[in-house]
Amino acid sequence: MRAIIMGSGRVGSRLAHLLYQQGYEVAVIDEQPNSFRRLDPTIDVLTVTGTAIDEDVLKEAGIEEADVFAAVTNRDNSNLMAAQIAKHRFNVGTVLVRIYDPVRGEIYQSIGLQTISPTTIIADIFFNEIIKQAQPASPAIAPTSQKETR
Amino acid sequence: MYIIVVGGGKIGYYLTKTLVNEGREVLLIEKDSKKVATYEERFGSVVVQGDGCEAATLEAAGAARADVLVAVTGDDEDNLVACQIAKAHYNVRRTICRVNNPKNERIIKDLGVDVTVDATNLMKDLIEQYIPERHMVHLLTMRHADLAIVEGRVTAGSPVLGKVISDVRFPARTVISAIVRQSQLLVASGSTRFEEGDEVIAISHREQEGELQTLFTGEQIVQI
Repeated sequence: MRAIIMGSGRVGSRLAHLLYQQGYEVAVIDEQPNSFRRLDPTIDVLTVTGTAIDEDVLKEAGIEEADVFAAVTNRDNSNLMAAQIAKHRFNVGTVLVRIYDPVRGEIYQSIGLQTISPTTIIADIFFNEIIKQAQPASPAIAPTSQKETR
Repeated sequence: MYIIVVGGGKIGYYLTKTLVNEGREVLLIEKDSKKVATYEERFGSVVVQGDGCEAATLEAAGAARADVLVAVTGDDEDNLVACQIAKAHYNVRRTICRVNNPKNERIIKDLGVDVTVDATNLMKDLIEQYIPERHMVHLLTMRHADLAIVEGRVTAGSPVLGKVISDVRFPARTVISAIVRQSQLLVASGSTRFEEGDEVIAISHREQEGELQTLFTGEQIVQI
């Protein structure tokens, strides 16, 4: 399986690591070659410098044979445009887009794009944690399970 | 008619100014509050500060009753998203998108934007019209039907020279619309005879442009 990750930030480099360990062939695209420093040097990933809204850059990263495209830069609109190129032009099966603006995420979800909003997810986690700690009836569950993931 | 302009750079500024002067109802959305303040001084309250890709901004701008949204920022991805949200969420009938990188024009059209404006290609086409050796000029592409308006010049070597229109085997889906002869406009009919120097305006399917070109230039066009 081949995965292309757009954006070599903290999320992108972490995702590259996880997918590589899962046995994926991974390519990472970033406009700033400096960002590739975040990639784990022990894993073998293809790095492509350029903007992922450019079809030639996507082809260089192997979009024509890709099974997965994940757009995780911090620019919502670039993520949206690149993801739509991956989905509609190159028919990539799994296309996921990170979007900070939850409303924009919902609108694109309604027109068939799979969007993930860290804003909503993190707010929910914080909210649930606050509510749990405010209710002394069930104190033991949350803190221990959180520690194990570290 | 209510028009929303996204992006207050030079194009957005002059477009808004022109529309205001024509008495149109127009609203310009610009991110930079300094620009917004300057523009407000010049045209009054037709400028709002905000991100035209954000639903909240578009909502406040009354996008739901807008007839046209024009996105003219310097970033193609921002223009695309503003147009798509206007279309998908607010049912804006006509979305017009400025294309900065000519490579993006095709995909932006394919992703549902009604009209794309690519200054680079427009200028290239205009330059080509003035290359004297060219006997066939592409004037305009009509996007919905994949049709093009082209202009052919009849020269001494043109296969059509001296023939009447009904005798020429034009490619299918081609209409000879008009002929400009010595600066006079002639409406083409089946009995019109081609003369040297005629400028022939035709509507043709884009795939047939090459075949049509051969009829005017006599050259075989190699399809790449």
